[in-house]
Amino acid sequence: MPFSSLSEIKARLDAGETTAVEVAQLYLDRIKAHNDQLNAFVHLDAAHVLAQAQASDAYRAKHEPRPLEGLPIAVKDIFCTQNGPTRCCSTILEGFEAPYDAHVITRLKEAGAVLVGKTNMDEFAMGSSTETSAFGVCRNPWDISRIPGGSSGGSASAVAAALAPAALGTDTGGSIRQPASLCGITGLKPTYGRVSRRGIIAFASSLDQAGPMTRNVRDAAMVTAAMAGHDSGDATSVADAPALDWLAACDKRDMTGLRIGKPKEYFVDGMDEGVRAAVEAALQQCEALGAEIVDISLPHTEYAVATYYVIAPSEASANLSRYDGVRFGHRCNEPEDLLDMYTRSRDEGFGAEVKRRILTGAFALSSGYYDAYYLKAQQVRTLIQQDFLQAFEQVDVIATPTSPVTAFAVGEKTDDPLTMYLADIFTIALNLAGLPGMSQPCGMVDGLPVGLQWIAPAWREDLLLGAASAYEASTDWSKQEPQAFAANGGEA
Amino acid sequence: MSWEVVIGLEVHVQINTATKAFCGCSTEFGSEPNTQTCPVCLGMPGQLPVLNGLAAEKTILTGLAINAGINLESKFDRKNYFYPDLPKGYQISQFAVPLVEGGYLDIPGKDGGEKRIGITRIHMEEDAGKSMHEGLDGVSHIDLNRSGVPLMEIVSEPDMRSADEAIAYLKQLHQLIVFLDVSGANMEMGQFRCDANVSVHQPGTPFGTRAELKNLNSFRFIKQAIEYEVNRQIELIEDGGEVVQETRLYDSAMGESRSMRSKEEAHDYRYFPEPDLPPLRVTQQQVDQIRAGMPELPGQLRHRFEREYGLSSYDADVLTQTRALADWYESLVAAHPSDPKRCANWLANELLGRLKELGKEIEHSPVSAHRLAGMLDRIADNTISGKIAKDVLDAMLASDADADAIIEAKGLKQVSDSGAIDAIIEAVMAANPDQLAGYRAGKEKLMGFFVGQVMKASKGQANPGMVNQRLTVLLKG
Repeated sequence: MPFSSLSEIKARLDAGETTAVEVAQLYLDRIKAHNDQLNAFVHLDAAHVLAQAQASDAYRAKHEPRPLEGLPIAVKDIFCTQNGPTRCCSTILEGFEAPYDAHVITRLKEAGAVLVGKTNMDEFAMGSSTETSAFGVCRNPWDISRIPGGSSGGSASAVAAALAPAALGTDTGGSIRQPASLCGITGLKPTYGRVSRRGIIAFASSLDQAGPMTRNVRDAAMVTAAMAGHDSGDATSVADAPALDWLAACDKRDMTGLRIGKPKEYFVDGMDEGVRAAVEAALQQCEALGAEIVDISLPHTEYAVATYYVIAPSEASANLSRYDGVRFGHRCNEPEDLLDMYTRSRDEGFGAEVKRRILTGAFALSSGYYDAYYLKAQQVRTLIQQDFLQAFEQVDVIATPTSPVTAFAVGEKTDDPLTMYLADIFTIALNLAGLPGMSQPCGMVDGLPVGLQWIAPAWREDLLLGAASAYEASTDWSKQEPQAFAANGGEA
Repeated sequence: MSWEVVIGLEVHVQINTATKAFCGCSTEFGSEPNTQTCPVCLGMPGQLPVLNGLAAEKTILTGLAINAGINLESKFDRKNYFYPDLPKGYQISQFAVPLVEGGYLDIPGKDGGEKRIGITRIHMEEDAGKSMHEGLDGVSHIDLNRSGVPLMEIVSEPDMRSADEAIAYLKQLHQLIVFLDVSGANMEMGQFRCDANVSVHQPGTPFGTRAELKNLNSFRFIKQAIEYEVNRQIELIEDGGEVVQETRLYDSAMGESRSMRSKEEAHDYRYFPEPDLPPLRVTQQQVDQIRAGMPELPGQLRHRFEREYGLSSYDADVLTQTRALADWYESLVAAHPSDPKRCANWLANELLGRLKELGKEIEHSPVSAHRLAGMLDRIADNTISGKIAKDVLDAMLASDADADAIIEAKGLKQVSDSGAIDAIIEAVMAANPDQLAGYRAGKEKLMGFFVGQVMKASKGQANPGMVNQRLTVLLKG
């Protein structure tokens, strides 16, 4: 049971073989047993989890079960929840408890899900390793001396170690896909505008998008189906987005005739050769399943990281201005005057990486530099979007490695921000283009998972789900488990 | 040396929507602090703005009324600065592409002509909250009820050449805003706020360096502040100094301004496109629809009153100061159609003055147009004289009674019976033999004396026309 998928738990709940309370208790026990090693959860209210599970069982006793009835889902600390603290893993939000649920939290509750705790993340989602968290480093279950990726590292670690069957993440430049890849699980970033951002703490508003982190493709579709949909409270949530039949998209497991683009810019010198080999092998597998592999070019890829590191910090510099010590969160002791209160509260409340990005963003937006940085970055962003539009004239989907490397050691890159930024080199471009993307396991290198990334045109998550389901059905990679966390699992 | 004054004005107008610009909170003025707030206008984590479409419509309406162009796609930007009453640390505004661009207002110019004042743009933005420092012993309090209230900022060209022109422009703009019903435009409540950019130069040379005067909240202070600034700059230059670009705060109590911040200290607002709001798109059909719903504007109304009712331009101007007053006048004319000029006189010269003493606007007049018309009817049919009518109007203001009841109760009915008038005249002549002798000796000026005496003796009720006529006959003997 512990390494079960959402779909399997759902089947057992529907068959009456177990209850939501039993399932919740199982995962609570596993969190208790393993979280000290992993630091995947930074907040857990066990009584609240059990209360939700009891309510779900009571609902099931009287009604038709809802789509996620009784299914435990862990929540990244970036989603505001009425229950418990919401900290974005930052000291600046010390003491903050949101008086509201994020829109997607409301939707998951309405779908019957049991929300479990808050998972660790890089502070304000700024990072690729979950090492900048105010609550300490999160660990990768495949090797606890290594990072789980980031920023949704806590969610990835929790799902990979079966401390939760599924989790929510957010993805601004790869923060769902990269940790999913490094932890050997499945992660989906929907099209920008597919899922409401309301109540999700903003990092870079034009890039942020929430999505699921799960043990297989179908589970990702199940959770996204509950999350997606127009929200009149988010002006960037698209009202007339084409609706999808998420689960049906997973059932079409036929790759025959599917044109898969293989962009040369994503198979480059300097990437891990084991990763390259695993992804090449996955593409050959797809070819064997009837797909056509088409060599393509996305010529502006090399500018994606630079473009991202102008736009995302610029937006962040404004988004994080509200943490000023005036109304909520951390305020310094005994401020001398207003300026002292601002500077000391923010100095004490934000970590080094967050400060670096605020400064970078404020600089890029400042008078005299705006044209050279922000405006230029927006222009390049348009070119990157056009790259993809042109590519999708030739191919149906694009496949790439999710990350150029497997999980690296804790502390390995913390002193070198630029190297850390390059961890997202393959995931960033599609955020800039607003496109949907997905990562699924496609191999192991030295005992560490490798991720295969799928990219589709806007609103065509069905193509991602179809391709990924077909590939998944033909391999065992998503069934791999980190043995260190299987031992105490037992059977429910 | 002759100096020319150059003035440009930025006017912030609070748009009178029931709810705020980007959330559903009420915009009502004067409530308990922080009772009209929600997570959005408190700037709480993860909260997002959603545009109030009505605020955009009212901005478009204003743009059309100043003959401006409407950008069918405009954009919102973030204006970044830290202040405790600005919860998000940025204000949502429109910087690069405003909703309205390129309009004008014509103000009365020299020699009875008109002068055109260019309006560069109108953009939408949100208001900040209010900080309170006074009497709080070292701490500050913040009221965020106003946070997120919709504003439009109306930016003029530097086309005004005196404080008087600036005031004329502002009054015209204020009147227009009120007519369009896009704002309460109450200056004391901060619904109509003005910043002035002032410089001086010698004609034929480039404009001088300007100083910005902040937050002027009455027409009188605006005039004083501009005049003070003009004198300050001229004196400075004539003493060999140089005007520096700065923001100055006018202290109305002291009658002087002081520097608030220099150009070097000026904020870098780091404007950039607001990623939480898509571009504001409106269609030409929507604009046309808003134009079709445009009310009659003050200038049009003034001309119509002159043409249709034969009013002097002065009376027409007075009666079109507000839409409510103009409507009231037209109800009065409808109820007393025989003499629109009489209606104008009694409304403009008598009723408005009395209401002002009572501290009431025309909307809250105790005497309705219908009741006033009833009194005007009695003047028209000679039941009462104009003089008596003033007393009747006073009585009407003090009670619910109509004119007829008051005239009846107080016995104010005009005496038009020639027999009765002759009897009074005979008595006055008998009581004033010297004046009678004088008149008959050729001092015709004494006619006025006798009219006065007769009116007095009749307690004002004698029909003045008949008194004149009968005196002319009887005095001759």
